[in-house]
Amino acid sequence: MIADNANDPIEALTFDLHGETFALEAGLVREVLDLLPETAVPGAPPFVGAVINFRGRVIPLVDLRVAFELDAPPPTIDSRIVVIEHPLDGEPTLIGLRADKVHEVTAIDRAVTEDAPRVGLKWRADFIRFLARRNGDVIVIPDLEQIFAARGQTAVVTPIHASQS
Amino acid sequence: MSGQDPVAIFRIEARDLLEQVELDLLTLAERQDDRETIDAVFRSLHTLKGSGAMFGFDALAAFTHHCETAFDRVRKGEVAASPALISAVLAARDHMRALAEGEPTEPGVEEALLDDLRRAVDGAGAAPVSTPPSAKTWRVRFSLPPETFVNGGRPLPLLDELRDLGPCEVTAVTDGVPAVEDLNPTDCRLAWDVVVTTEQPRSAIEDVFIFVIDDMTLDITEVVDEPAAEAVAEVAPDAKVSTIEPPKAANSDAPPAEGRPRVAEMLRVPAERLDELMDRVGELVIAQSRLKQVAASSSDQNLMTVSEQIEQLASELREIMMVVRMVPVGQLFGRFRRLIHDLAIETGKTINFATDGETTELDKTIIERLADPLVHLIRNAADHGLETPEQRKASGKPETGHILLAARQSGAEVVITITDDGRGVDRARVRAKAEENGLIQPGQVLTDNELLQLIFAPGFSTAAAVTNLSGRGVGMDVVKKTIEGLRGAIEITSTPGQGSVVSLRIPLTLAIIDGLLVRVGASRYVIPLSSVEECVELPVEQDLRSAGRSLVTLRDQLVPFIRLRQMFNTGQEPDPHQKIVVVSTGQERVGLVVDQILGDHQTVIKPLSPFHAAVGAFSGATILGDGGVALILDIGCLVAAGQRPDAQLRAAG
Repeated sequence: MIADNANDPIEALTFDLHGETFALEAGLVREVLDLLPETAVPGAPPFVGAVINFRGRVIPLVDLRVAFELDAPPPTIDSRIVVIEHPLDGEPTLIGLRADKVHEVTAIDRAVTEDAPRVGLKWRADFIRFLARRNGDVIVIPDLEQIFAARGQTAVVTPIHASQS
Repeated sequence: MSGQDPVAIFRIEARDLLEQVELDLLTLAERQDDRETIDAVFRSLHTLKGSGAMFGFDALAAFTHHCETAFDRVRKGEVAASPALISAVLAARDHMRALAEGEPTEPGVEEALLDDLRRAVDGAGAAPVSTPPSAKTWRVRFSLPPETFVNGGRPLPLLDELRDLGPCEVTAVTDGVPAVEDLNPTDCRLAWDVVVTTEQPRSAIEDVFIFVIDDMTLDITEVVDEPAAEAVAEVAPDAKVSTIEPPKAANSDAPPAEGRPRVAEMLRVPAERLDELMDRVGELVIAQSRLKQVAASSSDQNLMTVSEQIEQLASELREIMMVVRMVPVGQLFGRFRRLIHDLAIETGKTINFATDGETTELDKTIIERLADPLVHLIRNAADHGLETPEQRKASGKPETGHILLAARQSGAEVVITITDDGRGVDRARVRAKAEENGLIQPGQVLTDNELLQLIFAPGFSTAAAVTNLSGRGVGMDVVKKTIEGLRGAIEITSTPGQGSVVSLRIPLTLAIIDGLLVRVGASRYVIPLSSVEECVELPVEQDLRSAGRSLVTLRDQLVPFIRLRQMFNTGQEPDPHQKIVVVSTGQERVGLVVDQILGDHQTVIKPLSPFHAAVGAFSGATILGDGGVALILDIGCLVAAGQRPDAQLRAAG
């Protein structure tokens, strides 16, 4: 994962999710794909609602927009799938991430990063590893471990809400 | 492979050697004076000792040494391979296995085993040996394979051993030595001609070569009335020549001087590499089918020819991949001879164990997972099935009970049967037990098959007392679960007084199933063909009428059905001619309503990620010819889902 000790800049792949810029450590990324035919898995949550055929393997297609409560507009010519390898329940697993647009691999200086603020953020704070400033904009480095462990659920479901839904 | 832990490699080797020792010992138990088998045991033990010491398993090497010594005496005819000795070495073998695996052993076990061994050796007495013959002269010609030195073999100790037998004249034969420029100095090109005079029998000379005999040429003839010295004189000049020729570096790619018999080479490959290869082959097949589409839409003759060639190659490759993972079940069956040997001693029953169809092949992983259920079933047959010799005699049967373990292939399945000629299942006792455990209502009407299936119900055991043999924590329900986990089925038939037959139907491989490809809405799904009973049309009027109750009448039986379109929320209008695919798991049946049946599909099963493991209705996924993904339906889960709303409906109504 992202090394905490070094002050070296982090090589990261940046991509857009509905207007927000996200970044993942480039070492995690296996491949960036054009959209592929998807197979919906009935009964699965929208966070991971489909699987795709990635080089003869069936891998889950994760929609991080669900975890960050972003709108999901229909795919455009810029839509991509970022395939990463990340441990899931202890097993290294190939996972596809939806992206509205993929940018370049960029160096993020540790000096411009900071922890997610406790207030003023609509997202689950533990889903964010840290934020980085760039050109007056903010790049979100998500905490995939937390997001995958929570299966992208944005809020802890309390019994009161459960009865309503 | 070079990166593999040498200790792990030794363990694999030790496991193989010990398995072989066990089989050989059991063969010896039947044929006490089988020289070849005695030699084989000795050789295996010797190898184990040597490798053990080399890899730092000193305790194992030291312990094995005693067994080797014992077998050396058997080999020399000083001691007979008595049943007591074989039992002692079998027990010792188990200890060696524990030592090799690094399992903790209790103190004192080793001494007890060695005591047993010593007693067995002392009690065995001398095997009938022919009286030592008077001294004879033998002429021994031998040559070793060229790569002997490379493999660490040394001819000198062999010559020394021959010298120990008696006065010896050794001559080097240099006929096989090539010209200097063709000579590879690491090749063993010399042969030897030895004239030895000894009181020992011919077999003693053969024993000198016992560890190298597989690859070498050896010719032993008795020299009658021929002075040894002359024989030496004849060949001596050549020998001198050989010392003059200094070995010089030569082309190592010189072809071997003489052809030697090719041994079938075996290779150990980690299973995950095979899985990877299988994945790549799967991709290749998909890429090939795309190429085929492209070729079909072009008019380029060359492209079409290449496409056809690749199609042919890809399908051959795929077939080979399926075969590579297969191993014969004989490997598994061999293990049970030991089990029967022990069972016969423990129960005091005389058991004749036979196997059939050992060459039938199954996926390696399946074979591993079948071992425990089969142990349990065989224990059951020996313990509960077979009667004691007295009981058998009283009922007019031969005293020896028979257990047959057989395998045969039938389509994409292998059927393994365990047949005994014992007393058969006591129906009355099964019923009583099931009623007692609340599995059935008292007096409930059951078919014979249903009654027998109760044996596999959780918490069922007919043995009045839990014996040492059966009922060691695993019940028949565990056996059934394991078999079902392998996508197999278990059945039992039994004739009172004549015995029982337990049949296991196991798919050939876990990686591939025959599936029925269906369409629901816009998506395609695979239903494992083994659980499909029939396909029928869902008539439109029935479809409309059954809006409230999802039941269809099939041959006077009500079968609940599930509309997959509703369950999967396709949000599309149903096709006008929907089909019902009736699937079953054992006794329970359920109909699955689909839009279209697309046909048979050989399915390479891909696992789903943990994200989708909780979804439940799917047991995996597969990749179709066009590169699309189809999910494989989990029938057990769907049947349970089909039964549940039905039960709720009845409860509510």
